[in-house]
Amino acid sequence: MRKSRTLDLGTGTFMLLGFAALFFLTTQTTSRGISLASPPHYDLTAKFDNVGDLKVGAPVSMSGVEMGRVTKIAFDSKEYKAVVSLRIDARYNQIPTDSDAAIYTQGLLGGKFIGLTAGGADTYLKDKDQIDFTQSAFVLENLIGQVLANFAKSAGQSDSGKSKADAPAEPTPKTAEPKTTEKTK
Amino acid sequence: MNQSTSIVEIRNLSYAVNGGRPVFAGLDMDISRGRVTAVMGPSGTGKTTLLRLITGQLRADKGSIVVAGQELRGMKRADLYVLRRRMGMLFQNGALLTDLSVFENVAFPLREHTDLPERLIRQLVLTKLQAVGLRGAAELMPGELSGGMSRRVALARAIVMDPEILIYDEPFVGLDPISLGVILRLIRRLNDALGITSIVVSHDVHEISTVADVIFLLSGGKVVARGTPPELQSYPSEIVRQFIGGLADGPVPFHFPAPDYFGELLARGEDA
Amino acid sequence: MKLVQELWESLAEALIGLGAVVRFLLRLVAASPRALLRLDLISQQIYNAGALSLVIIMLSGLFVGMVLGLQGFQLLQRFGSEEALGVAATIGLVKELGPVVTALLFAGRAGTALASELGLMRATDQLSAMEMMAVDPIRRVVVPRFLGGVIAMPLLAAIFSVIGIYGAQLVGVQIMGVDAGSFWSQMRGAVGLRDIYEGIVKSCIFGVTCSLIAVYQGYYALPTAEGVGRATTRTVVTSAVFILFLDYLITAVFL
Repeated sequence: MRKSRTLDLGTGTFMLLGFAALFFLTTQTTSRGISLASPPHYDLTAKFDNVGDLKVGAPVSMSGVEMGRVTKIAFDSKEYKAVVSLRIDARYNQIPTDSDAAIYTQGLLGGKFIGLTAGGADTYLKDKDQIDFTQSAFVLENLIGQVLANFAKSAGQSDSGKSKADAPAEPTPKTAEPKTTEKTK
Repeated sequence: MNQSTSIVEIRNLSYAVNGGRPVFAGLDMDISRGRVTAVMGPSGTGKTTLLRLITGQLRADKGSIVVAGQELRGMKRADLYVLRRRMGMLFQNGALLTDLSVFENVAFPLREHTDLPERLIRQLVLTKLQAVGLRGAAELMPGELSGGMSRRVALARAIVMDPEILIYDEPFVGLDPISLGVILRLIRRLNDALGITSIVVSHDVHEISTVADVIFLLSGGKVVARGTPPELQSYPSEIVRQFIGGLADGPVPFHFPAPDYFGELLARGEDA
Repeated sequence: MKLVQELWESLAEALIGLGAVVRFLLRLVAASPRALLRLDLISQQIYNAGALSLVIIMLSGLFVGMVLGLQGFQLLQRFGSEEALGVAATIGLVKELGPVVTALLFAGRAGTALASELGLMRATDQLSAMEMMAVDPIRRVVVPRFLGGVIAMPLLAAIFSVIGIYGAQLVGVQIMGVDAGSFWSQMRGAVGLRDIYEGIVKSCIFGVTCSLIAVYQGYYALPTAEGVGRATTRTVVTSAVFILFLDYLITAVFL
């Protein structure tokens, strides 16, 4: 009978490992997962006109240093804007209240992330605050639309129809594009 | 033979392997209750096949087999299983379950078919092992047993449910004289002590003659002789005499059918 | 003309074989309820099929994951998207490599063990003895082994994928310098429950297939040494073919 006890132990361990693996796969690798063990943090919100394909779990960084994650993307049906919730590591608690949040792209085919640019205020953002200055994600269709609109404008202005387009600058892969800085609130 | 004293009645049995060569063509046989019956014959006459037909492992093409009053033809699997609990079979190589100990092997039928408490199972198993002389080997694994010992354990397993019929398939093959003697003694003792019917398939003429009450000799798919051991010694039949006497040539030829000997030799020489 | 004849006969034989296997599966399913009463037997078979395969599965998972990390990194680097390595590795492992490689390894290790065990029991008359003792060998011996394989396979595939992801991370993050945060966050963003689900369904179907083929070959093996050997080789070959074929089918269905 001793043999069957070690056997059961082995089986039990195997089943445990298997289910732990399944649990891991379904929770830690997908966006709907649960995150285990969060270090001390505080939450901020920011409203954007367009978040593009920003995903929950995308990194939030400032000067290239990652300091948090996107935890939720919701929709404000009164202002027709996307409301993004950010969870910032408590270590980085000196973000000025007039800082700017913009949506950038990682690499050429990468996902979107949020980059913060520090403002100059003396007060710092704390839990449940909102970031007022945001820049939306780069959306290709809007750019093309703008280019065409500018072409049309300059074509209408000059007689010869020479279209010296003051088209917006060629977007580099790493920067956010549209010129409009939205003031929310 | 009086019907009520036959525990197995075979009438007009016909069986061929997959529609090929017929093994039996119209076999008739009666096996008496409470006796040790031996079934003998040259190799390949289908002795083992007969056992499988009696136990329902194979289905006959034609004819009837009645075991303990029940006709096997058309019997449903569930009923067959119920019937088999009244039979015990000793396979040629013991056929012990290799992942169970000796004790567990003998206890196997009890555990599967009864709800007996553990203490009672233990008593039954040890009693049966004692009957075959292997009570001390209860904790060994089949791999650790000699051929003779594993056959005795298989015998204990076969009798643990107190069957009415015990079937032995070539129980003497490959045994040394001592183990052979042990098995012989057990066959006789168990048959008389338990009041059961024993059917032994073998071709060890002299050994089986010491314990059998009735001997059937099969050849060519038919019963060619039936009688007590002394009767068979002086049976007026070529085949019986060849078999009993162990003669190399007779009705069962020495030579496998082949073309003319000299013809073959010469032909070979010419081709070269 | 003879060739056509032979081809036709092979086809007929294959169809008959397929039908026999399916009928066998139905027999197993029918005997399962009573077999489930003996959880100890099933538990032992889960140990044989699963726990004993752990080492090879984990090792293979690690190496496959590491290769995936290397290859994936090199490929993504051409598009400047190294941070998507997490996505590539996870999707590749969970949906394809995990179930398929695990199934192939399973067929080789556990499948052959099942087939040879049953084949040997057939050759030494143990199965006939059980029949004679009025115990259905299907219920007592075959179904527990079948269920053991079916249960073990998805768990093994999950373990393979998890270790593989860590292998990819080991190579990608620790060695090649991909940002750890991006590795995981992009993965979390791109991988959905549906992908995991597809992988689990695949490994379950593979589990049924491999276990069925293994126990079938073993149960109907010819009772000779040659017969048992042939049963084991047929197990591996048939399993491999079916795994790869079903892989395509399931992937197509899910698309």
